[in-house]
Amino acid sequence: MKKEKELLKGNYAIAQAAIQAGCQSYFGYPITPQSEIGEYLSEKMPENGRVFVAAESEVAAINMLLGAGSTGVKAMTSSSSCAVALMQEGLSFIAGDEIPCVLVSVMRGGPGLGYIYPSQGDYYQATKGGGNGDYKIVTFAPSSVQECVDLTYKCFYVSQKYRTPVCLLADGMLGQMMEPAVVGEYPYEEIDQSSWALDGAKDREPRYIASIEREQETLRKRVVKIFEKYNQILENENLFEKYEIDGAKLVITAFGSIARIAKAAVKMARKKGLKVGLFRPIMLNPFPEKIVAEIAQKVDGILDIELNCGQMLQDIKASIAGVASIPVEFFGRPAGMMMTVEEIYEQIEIAYKKIVEKKYGTACI
Amino acid sequence: MEQLVYKKPDSIRDDFRITFCPGCDHGVAVKLVAEVLDELGVRENTIGIASVGCSVFSYDFFNIDIVEAPHGRSLAVATGVKRSKPDKVVFTYQGDGDLASIGIGETIHAMTRGEKVTAICINNTTYGMTGGQAGPTTLIGQVTTTTTKGRKVEISGYPLKVAEVLKEIDGTAFVARVTLDSPQAIMNAKKCIKKAFEAQLKGLGTGFVEILATCPTNWKMTPQQAHARVRGEMSEVFRPGIYKDKVSEAK
Repeated sequence: MKKEKELLKGNYAIAQAAIQAGCQSYFGYPITPQSEIGEYLSEKMPENGRVFVAAESEVAAINMLLGAGSTGVKAMTSSSSCAVALMQEGLSFIAGDEIPCVLVSVMRGGPGLGYIYPSQGDYYQATKGGGNGDYKIVTFAPSSVQECVDLTYKCFYVSQKYRTPVCLLADGMLGQMMEPAVVGEYPYEEIDQSSWALDGAKDREPRYIASIEREQETLRKRVVKIFEKYNQILENENLFEKYEIDGAKLVITAFGSIARIAKAAVKMARKKGLKVGLFRPIMLNPFPEKIVAEIAQKVDGILDIELNCGQMLQDIKASIAGVASIPVEFFGRPAGMMMTVEEIYEQIEIAYKKIVEKKYGTACI
Repeated sequence: MEQLVYKKPDSIRDDFRITFCPGCDHGVAVKLVAEVLDELGVRENTIGIASVGCSVFSYDFFNIDIVEAPHGRSLAVATGVKRSKPDKVVFTYQGDGDLASIGIGETIHAMTRGEKVTAICINNTTYGMTGGQAGPTTLIGQVTTTTTKGRKVEISGYPLKVAEVLKEIDGTAFVARVTLDSPQAIMNAKKCIKKAFEAQLKGLGTGFVEILATCPTNWKMTPQQAHARVRGEMSEVFRPGIYKDKVSEAK
């Protein structure tokens, strides 16, 4: 049992947490920047009497996950960007089937092959999805290696508790960087899956796990029921970080790795006397609209910062629409490029002058 | 004195609702699979994989646990089930479009890994459920809704001989192609289906049976004409027989 802090790479932290969480079956196909997860599990899963299958494609991997999840075991796959794109059909089926499982998505730059550097270009992919029909993939975004561990646990728990696919949305920076973290004991209760999982129709009626439904009204009710579940998840499982929000005039919104750098920039701004705070949603889907709306009512403006061209930005805007008439500024950088603390601070200063001090100039983005 | 001469297999639901067209061979194939599950005594320990196509409503007639796979992905889903629950009997029931066209990758790789599952493939040389379009097994010259002047080699190539391809894969333990056009053929088909399950139960590898089946609706034939076609031009291209049998070798 590991309880000591150790220097861990994000990908290994996720893999170790999966083992610790009791993940029984892992299916995956190599893609940078997350390949260490599969490499680690290829050795450790069999050592622990568990399942590792090197799938022939991500299409196969997500459907193996569907099969494994339908038996009620904790199951996981991990992948990245253009390969997660291949999983969208399977994710739609899994969501429609109400099968619990975990998808680890370690984002790289896109579109297309893009490259292997850290990006947040797949916020839409994770939270809006490319699969068909009405469904959501519950999504948690870590911003440190320790959170990679803690949220991997959370993903397994939420998936099993609500019978739903859950995504851990990391990026190339988190996957590849090392920092001290503790892979402690799985902190959640085990959820009994025996009331619905497939294990052979012995002394009971057969069970069917299928997304197809010929009766329109039954299908409508099923989808509505799934969406009620998302409401419960938002109510019971929401996670976020608020930093220096009280009394702030400008609030930075950011998630994942860039939120960490933004936090350092907020600290710098506070030192210089600017009343700036940070809101970091950790659960990205369902999106915490109410909390964003509450914050928006108390501040003069928002500056959203993302490693993309403005994806969570749309959820921020939707959250405050009709609630607060404040400007929402944006600073983004797509295609696998990080930002420095100083660069973000500069943008904070520009936004602060414009919104709080009403000194309009040319914003350089 | 009363004598029971025929009984519905336990592996078929009491309230079964057959969703196939009249005269189609699917019904016979499903019954044979159900009889084999009964005879092997594995009904209560079986998880079936329903595929997309005419077979998607498997849960309307099979009296077993079933999970539905997206189109073509049945053998990937079967892999996930079997690896997670290795003591369960796992089988897929797929059409040729599902197994041999969109799902050929999953089919070949599941068998390459030697997954201990059974795959039953209904080959009727067409996409039945969507109204009779050409697929990978459509015969040269065959008229379908997408080959209205007959399948032409220069446009859409040749029919895929699934059993011949899969017998070459080291992970398969039993590979056969059967027909359902006569009582003898049906009895032979059942023996082969049983062996395809035994391949799994003995841990030898993947068991596979390709069933040459009729689609009178889309072929626009009577059931008798359709069976004559199976015996004739279909069997000339897709030769029935046992292509690989590690089950008998292992006995």
